[in-house]
Amino acid sequence: MAEQAVDLPGTITDEELKRLRRDSRRENLGRAWYKFSRNPLSIVGAVTILIILLLAIFAPYVVPYPDHATKPFTDFANASLPPSSEYYFGTDEIGRDVFSRTIYGFRFSITMGLIVLTLVVPVGVFLGLVAGYYQGSRVDTFIMRITDIFLAVPPLILALAIASVLEPNLTHSMLAVSLMWWPWYTRLVYGLASAQRNEFYVSSAEITGASTSHILFREILPNTLSPIFTKMSLDMGWVIIIGASLSFVGLGVQPPKPGLGTMVASGAKFLPDQWWISLFPALAIVVLVLGFNLLGDGLRDMFAAEEV
Amino acid sequence: MKLLPFVSRRLFHAIFVLLGLSMVIFLIARVMPGDPARVAVGARAEDWVVDNLREQMHLNEPLPVQYAYWLADALQGDFGISLVTRRGVAEDIKEFFPASLELALFSLVITAGLGIGLGALSAHHKDKLVDNVVRVVSYMGVVTPSFVFAILFLLLFGFVLDLFPTIGRLSEDMTRPPTVTGFMTIDTLLAGDIPAFFDSVHHLILPAMALAMGSMAQEARITRASMSENLSKDYIAAGRAFGVPESKVTRSFLLKPSLIATISILGLDFAAGLSNAFLVELIFVWPGLSRYGMNAILRKDLNAISAVILVLGVVFIVVNIIVDVIVGRLDPRIGLRSARSD
Repeated sequence: MAEQAVDLPGTITDEELKRLRRDSRRENLGRAWYKFSRNPLSIVGAVTILIILLLAIFAPYVVPYPDHATKPFTDFANASLPPSSEYYFGTDEIGRDVFSRTIYGFRFSITMGLIVLTLVVPVGVFLGLVAGYYQGSRVDTFIMRITDIFLAVPPLILALAIASVLEPNLTHSMLAVSLMWWPWYTRLVYGLASAQRNEFYVSSAEITGASTSHILFREILPNTLSPIFTKMSLDMGWVIIIGASLSFVGLGVQPPKPGLGTMVASGAKFLPDQWWISLFPALAIVVLVLGFNLLGDGLRDMFAAEEV
Repeated sequence: MKLLPFVSRRLFHAIFVLLGLSMVIFLIARVMPGDPARVAVGARAEDWVVDNLREQMHLNEPLPVQYAYWLADALQGDFGISLVTRRGVAEDIKEFFPASLELALFSLVITAGLGIGLGALSAHHKDKLVDNVVRVVSYMGVVTPSFVFAILFLLLFGFVLDLFPTIGRLSEDMTRPPTVTGFMTIDTLLAGDIPAFFDSVHHLILPAMALAMGSMAQEARITRASMSENLSKDYIAAGRAFGVPESKVTRSFLLKPSLIATISILGLDFAAGLSNAFLVELIFVWPGLSRYGMNAILRKDLNAISAVILVLGVVFIVVNIIVDVIVGRLDPRIGLRSARSD
């Protein structure tokens, strides 16, 4: 934007300024897309996630047997059938279509990821910004010491402990994961913000009398966004894994609801003979997490500083 | 900076983290609905028994006082009685923890050995077929939950190929060695029972592999990245130009500085191993702490839950201090700075 403006003679009108801004925005978008798409795997990730999202949203119209996933359904005549053209992933021990249930299972996993991140990111980012901006103060010490406590225990164990004292269901498992996940964002943003606070643009804003909230949210925050977005995409994968793990041990989505982890756990009893009951939901978790990871790597490439 | 002040400062810091953790655990345990005294004696006990027990357990005191009593007991290693086993929780932990530790350590050895090996192999053949295979495999390793690996391995190596046992730590027909360390591999050796030793290693391999896959993949990626970065450094070219043998260049000039990043996340790997063991031990019916903790969680056995989390927190913190010391030794530039500078 800057170099183009220099070439123009005299002052520029609002009209021209608007056009220049639009052009530069388009150029930035184009450059971002170029960087993202340079690695074909990023595209694979994006397409995978898109397909899974569409499948999950339109599950009732896509899957052959929606009732098997949404209603208490049994069909003992067709129980434990291996994969076939009629039941792509076979049927489970009470005759439900594993394929239909797996597609519905995506709904729980994606909901889990989205809600946990929506709860966790604003809180974690806010605390990280405050602690980083007031680095060295008591606020900093207080926030970061609490963060240290949560980071001292492996996330899965703390989530297990919290989920264990509550009634087991999806909402409580999301709550448990959220309670232990915010410190990771606090620590990330703390590092970024404490590096930014000594930059000239922050001192300039301070000198010109900008309010603290302006400095935090309009000056520092925009400069920390790209690592946050990258982390969010990668974290979708981790949250989904933790959610599936909680379901696997019976503290998440409750049967007969088709949580992916729940299905793996209930199918594990029938290994090795009816391997399809737990194998396909297990692979579905892998594909979903893989998609979010590839997407996250693509975002990281996109946000990476200009390489020469 | 000297080792001793560093370690003592880290330990000092760790005390605060542990105090905080104990508060969090205490709160979790007390937030739970239900009367711990009632739970302890069962639903059919008389009310006056429960009342007396409440008095004895200090449950009528305000929360901070309860916490002080709880902490004082915990510091003496008294975590109360487990509702599941009806024994002292400390006793239970002493029995079950070695099995988990053995599994996690064994998987750490696999992680470090294979992870570094694969990463080095990958960096050595950069952008060739081997490299690409390793990269794809390690990507899959990172995105696959350990319980999925456990099921895949159980199915493939346990049932289909029938190469490994699928349950427990020792076969039925082996004589159990007297418990000395609690590590089955060491105890069998101490008992001089060589077949049992091999049998216990045989039992360890599948669950340890399932646990190791994720961190191993991570290690391979990091080793590859730092080795290929260091490969283009001037001092490598200088070493070669001076005619230093290639093997020495690889081992002393390349591997050592490249391992710093790898080792610094080994602590995290160990923690991940201990927590993922919660799922893997369930699948392989491994009689460890995680399985004990899992049972406690499912039955809301608060004393046991608190103790398990606290023990794991302590292990995690100690391991991280050890890792920092090792990293400081490997890289004199890093020095042993305070915990916050990471």
